[in-house]
Amino acid sequence: MCGIAGLIHRGKSSNVGNELQAMLQALKHRGPDSTGYALYADNDGQNFIMRFKVGENVGEGSSSVNEDESVYDKRKELVDSMLKNLGAKVLKEEKLTPYSYRYEMKYDDDLMEFSKKIESIESVEILSIGKSLELIKDLGDAQAVLNRYDLGKVTGTHAIGHARMATESGVDIKSAHPFWGYPFSDVSVVHNGQLTNYWNNRRVLENKGMRFMSECDSELIAVYLAEKMRNGATLEEGMKDSLSGLDGVFTYFVATKDSLGMAKDTMAAKPLVLYESDELVAMGSEEIAIRSILPHEIDTYDPFDGEVKVWQI
Amino acid sequence: MANIKSNENKTKAQSMGLHSEVLTGKTQQKFFNPDEAENFYYWGTYDVDFNKRIDLDVNDLDCKEANKKIDELMSQGYGTIVIKNPQGKHSLGVGVLNKLNLIFEGSLGYFGVGSIDGPTVRINGRVGWSCAENMMAGKVVIEKNAGSCFGAAVRGGDLICKGSVGARTGIDQKGGTIIVGGDAGAFTGFMMQRGRIIILGNVGINLGDSMYDGTIYVGGKIGSFGSDAIESPMTKSDIDWIKRKLKVAEIGENFDVSKMTKVVAGKKLWNYDALEPTEKKGAI
Repeated sequence: MCGIAGLIHRGKSSNVGNELQAMLQALKHRGPDSTGYALYADNDGQNFIMRFKVGENVGEGSSSVNEDESVYDKRKELVDSMLKNLGAKVLKEEKLTPYSYRYEMKYDDDLMEFSKKIESIESVEILSIGKSLELIKDLGDAQAVLNRYDLGKVTGTHAIGHARMATESGVDIKSAHPFWGYPFSDVSVVHNGQLTNYWNNRRVLENKGMRFMSECDSELIAVYLAEKMRNGATLEEGMKDSLSGLDGVFTYFVATKDSLGMAKDTMAAKPLVLYESDELVAMGSEEIAIRSILPHEIDTYDPFDGEVKVWQI
Repeated sequence: MANIKSNENKTKAQSMGLHSEVLTGKTQQKFFNPDEAENFYYWGTYDVDFNKRIDLDVNDLDCKEANKKIDELMSQGYGTIVIKNPQGKHSLGVGVLNKLNLIFEGSLGYFGVGSIDGPTVRINGRVGWSCAENMMAGKVVIEKNAGSCFGAAVRGGDLICKGSVGARTGIDQKGGTIIVGGDAGAFTGFMMQRGRIIILGNVGINLGDSMYDGTIYVGGKIGSFGSDAIESPMTKSDIDWIKRKLKVAEIGENFDVSKMTKVVAGKKLWNYDALEPTEKKGAI
């Protein structure tokens, strides 16, 4: 089933960490396996933030193979060494869990080659790279993930998130949403639905040099849009193209450094409730997600089939 | 439980390999035999007084607790219940099987007021997916918008949304009337079997797809017709009936009903006309 939520403050920043947590917690019944946040935070915008994992969370109903934590440290050392070889300068590093890290760094070259090399290290996956994007995903509900990664204090302009019920692939972080729009900085995607032409599209995109880290059908949306943008399409053009290029049922959100968009398949088979005002746009799989941050009476509506909308901050 | 007996009189249809059945079970007799139904006890119904009014704040209740509370209040004779702070909760006000004035001051989530038989419901906010699913009788008025599957499998009564509705409005509709003041999404009247839908605004693609029977009236533009749906000429009876229904719904006062498009099923099913003769349709 899965639940998705998003919000965008126009012209100001707010405590998006806590707000998104409230929205995703209200949707917990739609997806209790894992929760993910893509927060567009008030960083200084000078340096890249890279979030990556060197292993999986093997607790909380995980379908991953148990590993000795000592291998995580060895993989981290390999990442450090690779960063040095690539000419990236790490300004600050934080160990968030035994398997995940947040690095602040300077890097001026091609992100695709950069990512390929980092991810050539066994079991290392870049969760996100961006100047404002902070992408966090882990097993457990929204409250558990917020506490584990101390997201309650994060302020920013917009955010999207996902509460996952695993149906197409395992209960693990690599299959959790949001997906980073590799290799574009600050692009993230969350999805509710099922894609039925996943393998056809994946084969085509892999032949074009795009990378897939999981076998989760939703990852296709991030890669699909990234490939369109790589060939010069705007985000909105890529999203409109996806309505015919992706087969199945879906509602998805995509966020960039300064925008947030939604797309709904032509069957309108997956739910979405929207609230729009001059100050705030909030959206979620169910109205209770929006009500969790806007308890007073508001006007909301369901977008129609095949609708694509993009908002700027 | 109903027994199914074969009809011994063979017909042409049976000789072609089709068969007919009649339901003769105890439950059927209770429902359809007026003598036996006289003292039939309908579980979960109450005699209520419309003048006995109470407010119920459900902010701190989950849907099960809220519905139990509504049931409890009806058992105490309250005939007008005002629900405060519904906050988009799911499945509120379901299964009310007696007359009642039920007022929601706010918005409902999914499956609101489903399987009701008799109450008059007014919702000041918006409703989520599958509002009034399986409604059997009564009247439901929504002041704002509604989500998808609005009035799924409705069997009777009037279901009115003054705003716009999502996709698959009236999916599997089996009777009653659905009225929408604004626009409707794709697949409106999908697999509709009986009853009528009135949309004053535009509708999306695949209108009336796979409909068996029933009638859809559209005031605005139609995205496309679904398979089996065809346009039919508007008659004076249609116009008079829609005008009357819009008065009941308190919308479309100055709407030019004569310019609406009437959509019906373009196929004939072998037993549908036998089950519901044309003269009966007028009484729905």
